[in-house]
Amino acid sequence: MNINTPVPTIYGDLVERFSEIWSNQIRALKERFGDAIEEVQLPREFPTEVPNVFVRRDQIAAVLAWMKEIPDFEYGYLSDLTATDEQERPRFHVIYQLLSRKTMARIRLKVRVDEDQAVPTAIGVWPAANWAEREVWDMFGVRFEGHPDLRRILMDVRWEGHPLRKDYPVRGYQFFPTPEPIDPTLLES
Amino acid sequence: MSIDSRAEEKLQKNEKISNFDLPSGGHYSVEHDPDDLWGDSRVIVNIGPTHPAMHGALRMVAKLNGETIEKSYCEFGYTHRAKEKLGENRTYHQFVVYTDRLNYCSALINNVTYAMAVERLMGIQVPDRAVWLRMICCEMARVIDHIICVGINAVDLGAFSFFLYGFHQREEAYSLIERLCGARLTTSYTRIGGLMADAPEGWEKQVKDWVKRTRTVIDEMDALLTGNKIWCQRTVGVGVMDAQFCQQYSVTGPTVRAAGLNYDLRKDQPSMFYKDIEFDVPIAQNGDVFDRYLVRMEEIRQSLNVISQCCERLKKGPIWVEDKRVRIPEKDVVHNTMEGLIHHFKFFMTGFEVPPGEAYTTFEAANGELGFYISSKGGPTAHRMRIRGPSFYHFQTLTPICDGAKVGDMVGILGSINIIAGELDR
Repeated sequence: MNINTPVPTIYGDLVERFSEIWSNQIRALKERFGDAIEEVQLPREFPTEVPNVFVRRDQIAAVLAWMKEIPDFEYGYLSDLTATDEQERPRFHVIYQLLSRKTMARIRLKVRVDEDQAVPTAIGVWPAANWAEREVWDMFGVRFEGHPDLRRILMDVRWEGHPLRKDYPVRGYQFFPTPEPIDPTLLES
Repeated sequence: MSIDSRAEEKLQKNEKISNFDLPSGGHYSVEHDPDDLWGDSRVIVNIGPTHPAMHGALRMVAKLNGETIEKSYCEFGYTHRAKEKLGENRTYHQFVVYTDRLNYCSALINNVTYAMAVERLMGIQVPDRAVWLRMICCEMARVIDHIICVGINAVDLGAFSFFLYGFHQREEAYSLIERLCGARLTTSYTRIGGLMADAPEGWEKQVKDWVKRTRTVIDEMDALLTGNKIWCQRTVGVGVMDAQFCQQYSVTGPTVRAAGLNYDLRKDQPSMFYKDIEFDVPIAQNGDVFDRYLVRMEEIRQSLNVISQCCERLKKGPIWVEDKRVRIPEKDVVHNTMEGLIHHFKFFMTGFEVPPGEAYTTFEAANGELGFYISSKGGPTAHRMRIRGPSFYHFQTLTPICDGAKVGDMVGILGSINIIAGELDR
């Protein structure tokens, strides 16, 4: 999406509909959190369809909880939680796609994180983040601090490496002759 | 065979006999069960990954006390095909076939959403006829998906003929799709900037006839099952998800509408021509298996309405955008001109460039919000191709709902949230 790329009308022009809401919200966010909001990329200035808000790593759980509760925001839905391997330092971006059911506006939060760092978990804000964070750990090797059950999710527990990192080969197969063993400790209540 | 002396002694003293006290051997003696970790009657039962009730390669490991699930956890990933990794290593055109294999019950919706995601990044608007055809495809796929979901759910709980009524209509729908694109299940119908082929002559009329027949069949199915006493006893009040639970677990689609939330991306963030179409969003209140079934049945009717409206408004016209970047050259040009042949080879071997940028494109798929987050750094392949399947977030709710429920109800709950392994594992 180039800055000048017109968004086709059949896919709904979000920028027209939400630009005022977004600018108010970003102003409020900067007032409340100050330095923790590292960078804001707005549509029409950057090639993106919703604002990208870069949040400092240690503040992300607080920002998410605040955005969920405050009346003008009410981003009550965690649409998706994922990551990208940017091949620079810091290496990964952890991405939170949020949706507000009140205004139907979307916004994207990003956290820059390096290989040896951990991101505070968002399970306290949304239980839905549980498996999504496990998948990010499985695929990228990004650790989440305070996650109660950070195991591999799609790959076998005996898998080595993190497949969606850019340095992992496409055909990096690993074979296991036996099925994944049952873990009785997970059944203790 | 009598119980050995040690156990007999305990019996006379009225003490509890443990498994270790009983003799081994003999067909009715109790040996120490390696799964009986707690030394009482509670056992680990491993349901799946290849079990007929599990709807694909899913596995649930449950600690059972009698028939009640005390605690459980779910495993999946048995059909993981690294689609997100392949998305970074295949061109945008080559990736269309991989989207079929996400939710294979409604492959057309995945095709359309993926094409929309790439077109949005490139700023392409497809012609009207292509959009109307895509909408018909989406709604037919939704009808098929819902018929499969409610049908299989009923089969799991013991109602077989209901399923056969639906499957006849489903086969007819697949025949219509076969006329459209030559394939029944894995369609690969859309292309970036257009469609693979135009609808054949008289196709709309056949679709309208099918809509008419399906309406009566849905009414028959409704009469057959909805008031059935056994069905009601097995489903009412089972697997309840309330509205707050749905929001916390990012549940979307018919499941969240059954919990009383009016949440449909076709109405709330209308893409394509959905804002020009009249249809209702059915909502139920209780959020149990029965309400999910009711919402799906009503959605089939609404989708049939949408299909007939789209057929009315379908006009003749081009199905391809005339954008040189994405237009696949006509075979006539390829076979007869040098430039056409070069264009053809460049298109299929190196692919077209997508400008740098990122976008998260969503559409209301049959099960909920289907999203493609594509991040491009320029070039013919994506930098990151994230697929947000609704099943991934829905499957997460199974453990909290099922803990404390009966094993038999677990099968009904799993069927009603319609987990598709292809979309879950990607």
